[in-house]
Amino acid sequence: MNQNPLWKYLLLVVVIATGCLYALPNVFGQDPALQVTTADGEAPSPAVRERIDELLAEREIAVRGREAGEDRYLLRLGSTDAQVRAADELAVALGRDYTVALNLAPATPAWLRALGGQPMYLGLDLRGGVHFLMQVDMAAVIEQTRERYRDEFRRLLREADLRYRDVSLEADGVYLTFADAATRTQAQALLADEYIELDLEPVADSDPPRLAARLTDEERREVQDFAVEQNMTTLRNRVNELGVAEPVIQRQGRDRIVVQLPGVQDTARAKDIIGATATLEFRMVDQGNFPYFGDGDDPIPPGTERFPERGGGFVLLERNVIITGEAITDAQSGLDTQTGQPQVNIRLSGSGGRVMNEVTGGRVGDHMAVVFKETEIQARRVDGEIVREQVEVEEVINIARIQEQLGSRFRITGLESSREARNLALLLRAGSLAAPMQIVEERTVGPSLGQENINQGFMAVVLGFVLVVLFMAVYYKVFGLIANLALLANLVLVIAALSLLQATLTLPGIAGIVLTVGMAVDANVLIYERIREELRAGSSTQQAIEGGYGKAFSTIADANVTTLIAAVVLFAFGTGPIKGFAVTLSLGIVSSMFTAILGTRVLVNLIYGGRRGVRLAI
Amino acid sequence: MAHRLRAALLTLALIALAVGLLSLRGLNFGLDFTGGTLVEVGYSQSVELDRIRSALEAGGYPDAVVQNFGTARDVLIRLAPDAGEGDALSNAVLEVLRADNADAELRRVEFVGPQVGEELTEKGGLALLYALAGILIYVAFRFEYRFAIGAVAAVVHDVVITLGIFAGIGMTFDLTVLAALLAVIGYSLNDTIVVFDRIRENFIRMRKGSAVEVTNRSINQMLPRTLVTSLTTLLVLLALFLVGGELIRGFALALIIGVVVGTYSSIYVAGSAALAMGVSKEDLIPPPKEGEDAEDERP
Repeated sequence: MNQNPLWKYLLLVVVIATGCLYALPNVFGQDPALQVTTADGEAPSPAVRERIDELLAEREIAVRGREAGEDRYLLRLGSTDAQVRAADELAVALGRDYTVALNLAPATPAWLRALGGQPMYLGLDLRGGVHFLMQVDMAAVIEQTRERYRDEFRRLLREADLRYRDVSLEADGVYLTFADAATRTQAQALLADEYIELDLEPVADSDPPRLAARLTDEERREVQDFAVEQNMTTLRNRVNELGVAEPVIQRQGRDRIVVQLPGVQDTARAKDIIGATATLEFRMVDQGNFPYFGDGDDPIPPGTERFPERGGGFVLLERNVIITGEAITDAQSGLDTQTGQPQVNIRLSGSGGRVMNEVTGGRVGDHMAVVFKETEIQARRVDGEIVREQVEVEEVINIARIQEQLGSRFRITGLESSREARNLALLLRAGSLAAPMQIVEERTVGPSLGQENINQGFMAVVLGFVLVVLFMAVYYKVFGLIANLALLANLVLVIAALSLLQATLTLPGIAGIVLTVGMAVDANVLIYERIREELRAGSSTQQAIEGGYGKAFSTIADANVTTLIAAVVLFAFGTGPIKGFAVTLSLGIVSSMFTAILGTRVLVNLIYGGRRGVRLAI
Repeated sequence: MAHRLRAALLTLALIALAVGLLSLRGLNFGLDFTGGTLVEVGYSQSVELDRIRSALEAGGYPDAVVQNFGTARDVLIRLAPDAGEGDALSNAVLEVLRADNADAELRRVEFVGPQVGEELTEKGGLALLYALAGILIYVAFRFEYRFAIGAVAAVVHDVVITLGIFAGIGMTFDLTVLAALLAVIGYSLNDTIVVFDRIRENFIRMRKGSAVEVTNRSINQMLPRTLVTSLTTLLVLLALFLVGGELIRGFALALIIGVVVGTYSSIYVAGSAALAMGVSKEDLIPPPKEGEDAEDERP
């Protein structure tokens, strides 16, 4: 009796070995690294990679390892000094077409990485960084939408020669007032054709007759989703500027966006960059000098301004701005249904459309340009020192010939590829007025505090572990030592599970691990006390072991399920760091069921099983 | 169980005291719930708080609360939600401090908008309620509804007294403390369930003895385990409290209080509450057939 079946040995060995394997990556630490991507977030070409390698060799910066990934080129460096120096050199040499970000790359050996081994993913409170929660002002979004409809209604009714008395905004929609019911019916038919997304309803018993136009719930949701997505696009563009290695930009709920920037310390700069949106201008091209072959320093004719073109070269534009990005309400890339050519469809606000209409009326055949303006961080060399500064960048992103008089809806065609169309639409949206947004929560942790948190957390785990191990060894003797082995295995399994799941480890998460160390021995305490009771009641040693393990099981299960309930509730309701606590606590409880019951039983059987009359050291 | 009456009186007195402290002094809610801005700044040498206060006052923040955090080199500055333009405030404060002493290093900024604070409060309260409800249902399902009420009574007791102590000593009550409170619920319940489990077993096994005697005996049988587990848990919590750092101290303290109170309640409150609800042998002996088998097996 009390012999171990082979499968138990196998299971135990396999689980512990797997646990050790996947906990191993945490031992190797991290290399300071640089991550180079193109401005579009893609991997640099082999030629550029060669240039980078040559440059670093020239500057005598030793590179420990190179990895050309699918979406980045990663360089491992010997020290943080070399990392910062290399970052500056590369930022100057590569210019603004590439993003150079500081990163910490796990120093896990290649064979382990090939097996999927990764170190635990540290939360912002451990690695340092910025967490912002931004809220999009949805009331303003809806207001903007209604204003747009009001402007469009006016224009549409005028064009159709339908007389209206008034178009006004009210709390629940746009209201149109007419002189007579017949006009109202005509107007309703007209608007219903044009706007399937609106609920049109004549107001009963109104005199003069009125028509109410309300957003359907579905349309309201779409407008809001669009606003949030547009802001996220803008945020992504801005964050790329910051050179953050692993930024997180996520939607949270209906109207919020989470921005996490690991490693960013200068929150003032981060806020400036995130807050500064790009702007756009539509201007007429100086037709007399188009195409322009001049240089950057040539004199320019009066009334014009010179702008660089994105693809290289310059172009002369008229000084007058036709409209700015604020007038753009939507820009979508697509394909021309007839020719299949890529195009960008643009929608302007009512007033913007009117101006566009007036200006382009007499100038069909001329060219119009889109100027994109934004502030960027650029690195440059001043007197041998590398400095980073904010620079206002202006460039022409598109020039198109006006083919007909334009209104509030028009399109840009003649684009080279769908990709170019997509990029243009994205830039147009990024430069248009995004919905107002404000930071409603910020949590910044400095780098020294992050490292301190790791050290203190680690110390707490070690001290807690040592205290428990000593107590168990003294109180339960040999059985205590067995429990201690199980506890160690439990710790390894929790770390392996955290590494495999890539769940975020936070400071409360470490506290959860510490707590688990204290609570995980509970299962053994229950079993051992039961064995002692059985021995006192006169059972033989083998019966006592069998009885202790057998009878304690349902108690352990019941007790652990209730703790799990609390942990699950914590996970469901907790935010960031608290979730980390719930995760480690749950993992610790589940794996302790395995190590404390099955693991110790195998060892107890191995030592005491099959021996009659032996005294248990418990 | 001889001490049942005395223990009950003591328990009631403690709860009354905790409720009194909670209603008179109230909890010292942290930033997570009140909203506002918190800036932690580190210096290479210890600094005088008065100097920082006057620098902040001169800089236009007369209402800033300045205190040491952990060591004399660490300073915590708290500002009310209405102290300034929300997210820009922390930068402004840091500039004021750097102008006074260029050594100031930013360690941590927390800004919680009033709306988020309200949401976190609401979510926190709901979390406590859901945890209690979940446990009530599980215990009622596994044992019997009177045990469930006993267990929840014990847990409510633990939460109220822990909160009362927090109000009494004026420790900051923030999200991590709330998390600790939920862990206390889990822990205290764990203890209570273990005792209930034995009560149920003994009700089935022991032919003689009143409900009170059986309960008393069960609690005594489980006493070594209850104390040993509390001890190991307290050992690790002590480690956390001592070396885990300032950020985790409130969390560790809440758990230490909770574990001590939870141990008391699983010994003196849970069983008594179940008895007071009138739990009896018949309630626990599962459907007749199984019950007879179980009894027949015993010599």
